[in-house]
Amino acid sequence: MDSLKPDNIAALRPYSRKDTGWRLFLKTIIARAYPRIIGQQREVSWLVFDVIMPMLAVISYVLVYRALNAPEEYIGFVVMGGAMTAFWMNILWSMSSQLYWEKEQGNLALYIMAPNSMMAILLGMALGGMLATAMRAIAVTLLGMFMFGVTYTVSSYLQLFLVFMLAMVALYGMGMMMASAFLLFGREAWHMANLAQEPIFLASGFYFPIKSLPFWVAAGASIIPLTLGMDAMRQLVFPTGFQFGFMSVQLEIIILSVLSVVFVVTAKILLAYIEKIAVREGRITESRR
Amino acid sequence: MQTSTSWRSFRMAAWLGWVIESNWTDPFLFAVYSIVKPISGAAILVIMYGIISQGNYDSALFPYIYLGNAFYIYVGAVMTGVSWAVVDDREHYKTLKYMYIAPIYIPLYLLGRGVARFITGSIAVFITIAAGLLFLNVKINFAEVDWLLFFVTLFVGVVMLALLGLLLAGITLTVARHEGFIGEATAGALYIFSGAIFPLDVLPEWLRPVGYFMPTTYWLELLRRSLVGDVAQAFPTLANFSNMEILGVLLALSVFFGTVSIYVFRWCDARARELGLIDRTTNY
Repeated sequence: MDSLKPDNIAALRPYSRKDTGWRLFLKTIIARAYPRIIGQQREVSWLVFDVIMPMLAVISYVLVYRALNAPEEYIGFVVMGGAMTAFWMNILWSMSSQLYWEKEQGNLALYIMAPNSMMAILLGMALGGMLATAMRAIAVTLLGMFMFGVTYTVSSYLQLFLVFMLAMVALYGMGMMMASAFLLFGREAWHMANLAQEPIFLASGFYFPIKSLPFWVAAGASIIPLTLGMDAMRQLVFPTGFQFGFMSVQLEIIILSVLSVVFVVTAKILLAYIEKIAVREGRITESRR
Repeated sequence: MQTSTSWRSFRMAAWLGWVIESNWTDPFLFAVYSIVKPISGAAILVIMYGIISQGNYDSALFPYIYLGNAFYIYVGAVMTGVSWAVVDDREHYKTLKYMYIAPIYIPLYLLGRGVARFITGSIAVFITIAAGLLFLNVKINFAEVDWLLFFVTLFVGVVMLALLGLLLAGITLTVARHEGFIGEATAGALYIFSGAIFPLDVLPEWLRPVGYFMPTTYWLELLRRSLVGDVAQAFPTLANFSNMEILGVLLALSVFFGTVSIYVFRWCDARARELGLIDRTTNY
């Protein structure tokens, strides 16, 4: 009799023809984000390790500037950089290297078998991890305001919104590109993700203005969307920020727009291509211990 | 029999950890990986310092920051090495349950797994200090280094860190796998309280007692004193204490935190067994 319950009858219905295109894409994003959001509600220890402790690490960098009697602007720069690390860590650990985990757990093959887009799966992972990411970014920003008296004076809300959104689109496009490379990785996935922390914090100027680096180093680091995104946002939210700007905000908006398009399109092509290679070489289910 | 079991657990775990840490790539890439990460971490501070001081690397604050940061690499490396073994074995290799039923001593097995990170951490510390000596005007007069104090302090500190790693391993047994490494997150948080990259006097007054309670504060101070004695005199925090007094405090706090770590691990281990967490995987 159990087999005739309404839920089971619904499960036996044929695959809905409506679930295609954008509808399927959005449903896939939600479906992948769902377990992550629910999982985080079930065990909240991530608040300690992914929000509170990184927040304390940011304070250390603020206090270095205090020990050096640095101008107050630098405190604001560190706080903003500390908040933005959350997004970089999100694409690194919750998106790119996550595919390696999914492979090890046996889920990757299921994702590829299912009639959905891998981009949607990756976006779902990112969206699901966004709760922790946003909390970390907000916590660091509030900490800066209340503990260190950082004040934000926005010169253009429109530009700030535009810069942030473009930086996020480009960043997550880049994350998807990286994820495609991680499809081919074995155990080195962990180490590569680990390696992409401090060197990126250095090159992208998370804790100091990127203008302080030699021009060509800063220009090279601009390939990482957060480099220009942070530079522009620092110019837009701190009254003296423009003095430390690497380029004008308008130019940075144009470059970020180009990066967004390039990364998202390349990610789509690369994901399809690498997926083919991975399938051909039998790497989807391999587990190189 | 007990001694041989303990030694075998530690020795085999150390070897296993080293193989896992090092054989994922060719030696060249492994060397690059071992160099780039610590150098980048140090370079962030060097640039921050350079911008504000306008390149004045002769101040006593610079070797204070640089050496503190260099030796702090051990904190993240050793604590992560021991605690990450739980996630690695439980969720990645899915072998932790087999370790539990094998004739080994689990705490020593986990401590052994941390040895590999200690070795790679030592390489990183050496490279960071060498880069400071060669390129950044960090001055160490090797004829005046107090080697006995240095090695005794280093040994006590590494044992203390390993035991703190065991505490984190216990906590790791009872929680799910989240985004980052618990060991590195904890090391990042303790950065603020250890006087690693700024004197404790810079901390707000109400936070300073936490710094005085951390064994890492005394450990880093002694390491600095043994290498560049005059740095200690430039900062008032612990200037009134002799080397032996600081060593005494370090030993006392290490014994205290070590004992707490062992008890916390035992409690977490029992709880993980009760709740069936020894073989759980996080799949979200």
